[in-house]
Amino acid sequence: MEEITQVVRDYIVREYLEEGDDRTITETTPLISGGIVDSFSMVSLLRFLEKKYSIDIPDQCASPEAFDTVERIAALVRRFQKAEVIKG
Amino acid sequence: MRDLPSYEELNANFNWTVAERELGYRQGDLINIGWMCSDRLCQLGLAEKLALLWEDYQGNQKRFTYNDLRVCSNTIAHFLASLRILPGERVCLFLDRVPELYIGFLGILKMGAVAQPLFSAFGDESLCVRLKDAGTSAIITQKKHLLKIRKIREQLPNLRHFIVVDAPQASLQESETAFALEQAPPVEHFPIYPTKAESPSVLHYTSGTTGQPKGAQHVHYSIVSQYLTAKWVLDLRPDDIYWCNADPGWVTGTSYGIIGPWANGITQAVLDSGFNAEKWYEFIEKYRVTVWYSAPTAIRLLMKEGAEIIGKHDLSSLRHLASVGEPLNPEAVIWSRDVFGEPFHDTFWQTETGCIVITNFPGMEIKPGSMGKPFPGITATVLDPRTYEPVNRVAAAGLIALRPGWPSQIRGYWNNDAGYEAKFRNGWYLCGDRASIDADGYFWFMGRDDDVINTGGHLVGPFEVESALLGCPAVAESAAVAKPDPVNMEVVKAYVTVKRGFQPSDDLELEIMNYIRKRLSPLAMPQEIEFVDSLPKTRSGKIVRRILRCKEFHEPVGDLSTIMDD
Repeated sequence: MEEITQVVRDYIVREYLEEGDDRTITETTPLISGGIVDSFSMVSLLRFLEKKYSIDIPDQCASPEAFDTVERIAALVRRFQKAEVIKG
Repeated sequence: MRDLPSYEELNANFNWTVAERELGYRQGDLINIGWMCSDRLCQLGLAEKLALLWEDYQGNQKRFTYNDLRVCSNTIAHFLASLRILPGERVCLFLDRVPELYIGFLGILKMGAVAQPLFSAFGDESLCVRLKDAGTSAIITQKKHLLKIRKIREQLPNLRHFIVVDAPQASLQESETAFALEQAPPVEHFPIYPTKAESPSVLHYTSGTTGQPKGAQHVHYSIVSQYLTAKWVLDLRPDDIYWCNADPGWVTGTSYGIIGPWANGITQAVLDSGFNAEKWYEFIEKYRVTVWYSAPTAIRLLMKEGAEIIGKHDLSSLRHLASVGEPLNPEAVIWSRDVFGEPFHDTFWQTETGCIVITNFPGMEIKPGSMGKPFPGITATVLDPRTYEPVNRVAAAGLIALRPGWPSQIRGYWNNDAGYEAKFRNGWYLCGDRASIDADGYFWFMGRDDDVINTGGHLVGPFEVESALLGCPAVAESAAVAKPDPVNMEVVKAYVTVKRGFQPSDDLELEIMNYIRKRLSPLAMPQEIEFVDSLPKTRSGKIVRRILRCKEFHEPVGDLSTIMDD
C-alpha cells in the first residue's frame, strides 16, 4: 500500500470507525455508501487532506462518489498534488 | 389519470373520520399502531403480500410479508415483555436501517411501551442527553454501537436492558442480552396491549433554540393522519413499491417510513446504505420503485452527479416523487421533471405535527419553490409576529401557524410543559418558520423564526452544539449559527474564542470539528470554525447569535436596542 492510501486509511480507522467496530478498511471498502463516512463528515476529512498535503480541493470535486473509497480519495489527492506542482 | 379526486373536492367537507372509517376505527375503540400495521393487514387478506424489501450496501437482501411482520413483531413484543419491561416505559431503538429497527418499532408498540428511535450516528453525548431525559428503560442496538452505550451507561440509572440484535451472548457483558430475531422462536399469538387513542406511542427528540432537545410525545391516534396523508399526498396505491429515504431515527422515517406505508398495506423498499447515486438508481431500477419520498439535500446531491448516470438506468417505474426536510428549490423541481419525467412534490411538516400539513398535492399545479397548500383538515395561516393575528395580506411575511387539533399533533414535550405551552399563541400552534401566502393560497417558505439550524432537513439546536464546544479544552466561548449552504440549505458554523495558552490554527479547527462529530453527530459538526477575539453580547453578557447569523446570510441586523439591553 503506498503512502497516501496508508495515511488516508489510518486516518479513517482512527477518526471515523466507532470504538469496537472491527470492520477492516481496505482500499476499496465503500466509505460513504457503507455508512462509515457521511456527506457531513466528509468536510472534516477534506480539511484533513488539504492540510496534510497542502492542497486545495474544490467543493465540486469533493463529491460523495469521489470520497467513497480510500483508493478514490488517494487518486483525488494525487490529482491535486499535481495541480499544485503545475501552479507552483 | 389520477385515482384521487381533486384537492378542492377533498378539501370540501373534509373530516378525519374518512381515515377512521378506512382503518376500521371508531371513537373509543382500542387502537394500537403495531397491530394496525401488521395483524390488521393480515386480517384484510394481505398476509402473503410483501411488506418489506430490504437490502444493505453490500447487496444482502431480506424480504418480509405482512404475516412475517405480524409474527416477528409479536416475537419482539414477547421478548420485551419477558424482560419485564412495562407498558409506558421507553424503549430506545438505536440501530442502523436493519429490519429489526422497523419490526422492533411495531413490537414495542404492541406490548404497550413507547418507542424512542434515535439516529444511530449520534455520538455518546447526544445519546446520553436523550436517554437521560426520557428515563429510558431499554435500548435495542447493534454490536457496532455497543461501546458508545457502555461509555455512558453509568450516567443512566433507569437504563436496565441492553439488547443486542447481532452478537452472540458469549461476546456480551453480563447485563447485556443477545436477541437474534431470526433464531428466536416465532410467536404466533401475542396479546396486544389495549392502548387507546391517547396512549403514548412514540417519543422523538427535536431541537430548539434554547436548552437541550425536547421529547415530542406522540400517541397511537396519530396513525389516522399518517395513514391518510400517506395515501393522499404520497398517492400510495395497492401495487406501489414505495421508497422513503429517511432514517427512522427521525420523524419522517417513522411517520412515512413505517406507519404511513404499512397502515396502507403497501410494499416498501429499504436501502441500508449511505448516499451513492449509482447505488440509489440501481435500487430504484431493481425493485421497480414507483413512489419515492426523498429530501432536498439528497436531490441536490443527485443533481450534482448529473443526468448522464440516470441514462444508464431504467427508472420508468417512478410514478410519484415527493420531498421533505427543507424547502425544495425551484431548480430541483424543474430538474426532476426533466430527468425523471415527474417533478418532486415538496411537503412541509415537522416532528411536532407528526404528519404532512402543507403540501403540493398530487394533481395540483406545482409552483416550483412553493410549499403548496394546507392538507385538507389542516387550518394554516401566517401570523403577524407582534400581534399573533393572521396577516391576511397577499405575499406578506409572517409566522407559519396551525389551528391545533389534527390527530397526529404531539400531546406535549416530555417533562417540559412550559416548552410545549410556549409553542401556542392566540389559539395557534407556531411552527417556528416564516412564510408568505400568495393570491392562490400557496405558501412560500422564507426561513426559520429562531436560531435553530436546519441542515440537510434535520434541526440542530445551537445550545447543544455550544455546550459540547465548551467541552473542548481550547474553547473559552462559542456561538453556533446557521451558514447558508448550496446542498444542505444550512450548515453549522461556530464562532469560537480560545482560552489563554491556545492559538487558533488549522489543526485546532480540525480537532474541534472531529470532537463535535464524535460527541454529538456529523450533522452537528461545525463545517466551519471562525476564531474571533470576542463574541457580540448584550449588556448582561448574553451572546447575540442574531448578529452572527445575519453576517452569514448577508442580511441587515436591524434594530438591536432591545436585545442589547437584555
